[in-house]
Amino acid sequence: MRQENAAAAAPKKQWLTATVREVIDETPRVRSLVLDVPGWPGHRAGQHVDVRLTAPDGYQAQRSYSIASPPGEGALTLTVEMLPDGEVSSYLAGEARAGDQFELRGPIGGYFVWTPELEGPLFLVAGGSGIVPLMAMLRERAAKRATQPATLLFSSRTRDDIIYRAELEKLAGQGDGLTVIHTLTRGVPAGWTGLSRRIDGTMLAEFGIAPDRMPRIFICGPTPLVETAAFILRELGHAAKLIKTERFGPTGK
Amino acid sequence: MSEPPISRGFRGRGDAARNSRVPPGQHLVEDFPVLSAGPTPPLDLANWRLSIEDGPSPLAEWNWAQFMALPQTDLTVDIHCVTTWSKLDTQWRGVSIDTLLEAAGLSEPPQPYVLAHCDGGYTTNIPAEDLLDGKAMIAFEYDGEALAPEHGGPARLLVPHLYFWKSAKWVQTLQFVDPEIPGFWEENGYHIYGDPWREQRYDGD
Repeated sequence: MRQENAAAAAPKKQWLTATVREVIDETPRVRSLVLDVPGWPGHRAGQHVDVRLTAPDGYQAQRSYSIASPPGEGALTLTVEMLPDGEVSSYLAGEARAGDQFELRGPIGGYFVWTPELEGPLFLVAGGSGIVPLMAMLRERAAKRATQPATLLFSSRTRDDIIYRAELEKLAGQGDGLTVIHTLTRGVPAGWTGLSRRIDGTMLAEFGIAPDRMPRIFICGPTPLVETAAFILRELGHAAKLIKTERFGPTGK
Repeated sequence: MSEPPISRGFRGRGDAARNSRVPPGQHLVEDFPVLSAGPTPPLDLANWRLSIEDGPSPLAEWNWAQFMALPQTDLTVDIHCVTTWSKLDTQWRGVSIDTLLEAAGLSEPPQPYVLAHCDGGYTTNIPAEDLLDGKAMIAFEYDGEALAPEHGGPARLLVPHLYFWKSAKWVQTLQFVDPEIPGFWEENGYHIYGDPWREQRYDGD
């Protein structure tokens, strides 16, 4: 008989009951749910959870969501974008309100993770709600007063679609070595002084952290953005091993 | 076990739950999501190699032309990603692992476990028996077209009866080993075997 690996002796990740403490509207299509999760074992910035909803007739639906809050806070925060026809996202980002309950388990993922102990600059590239796990990293960096330089290049559709806009502005204004660069892909408002095109090689070379400084790179967003950014960063000379990616959505083909 | 809490106001589509081809906790998608831990490697057929190793010893190696000259197999299968999407009736063309072993002069796997190695450093482990009897292939065509790089092209391992992280993209080497060596996600909290019908998503499931 095949021997089950020793790793199988690890305890099963249990489903825990999450209760919505607070709902925060981030953008017209994106909401944060601040959750009380008794028994939450703790996590690292960049990890995610599986969420399971149960309907009155017993039907269940399950999806993965990145954790937005840094480790060590009393509550666990998820930030969810409402997707067209999204069975679970339309509930979380639309229906759910304080006091509602669902299940989650985690934390999941041990690779797309950043901790303040990791040396070297941090270079983050986000598209839309791909900011969520990266925000956990920036919040953790601020909470632990980490001093590694950090740059976030963040692509959003319009200014109103920029998730965590005010908080990012505040973090970038603390003078602790964080630079936040926004680019908008679907039109710019009057007075916009930032970038206004899709992420490209010129942008990554000009605003990114140079390869000789060996930044740890985390890219999260829609598949085409991640494919493009990861490909260009390799061409620019960043080591593939330092580039970590998370993709969501269809291939666009 | 206690009853799960009812999520007030949630009704759900219910389509997946009522389809017996969809494993527990999965939902159906029509598109083909891309999930990879790092950058997509540049396509380079001229330097592409596929090899089989017995522990540290090379047993066989094929370049692209030699690989394409091997007998090919078509498979239409349902695939299941651990991130909860499933896709039905996906069509693949490739070379079965049975064919590869035969071409390498092996009548049976030299060791009971396989560690697949990929361009970019990704690895995943699979029991050898899960690759045999037509259950798995090295796939190079999807839906009648050359496999796209972001989906693992030029060639990926296809083991459709396990969660899809086992179907390693950009595969280069099948290394037969004993004992089993956990691969990339298996070292990072995911299940050592990964059977979607037993919902073996994570370590301890």
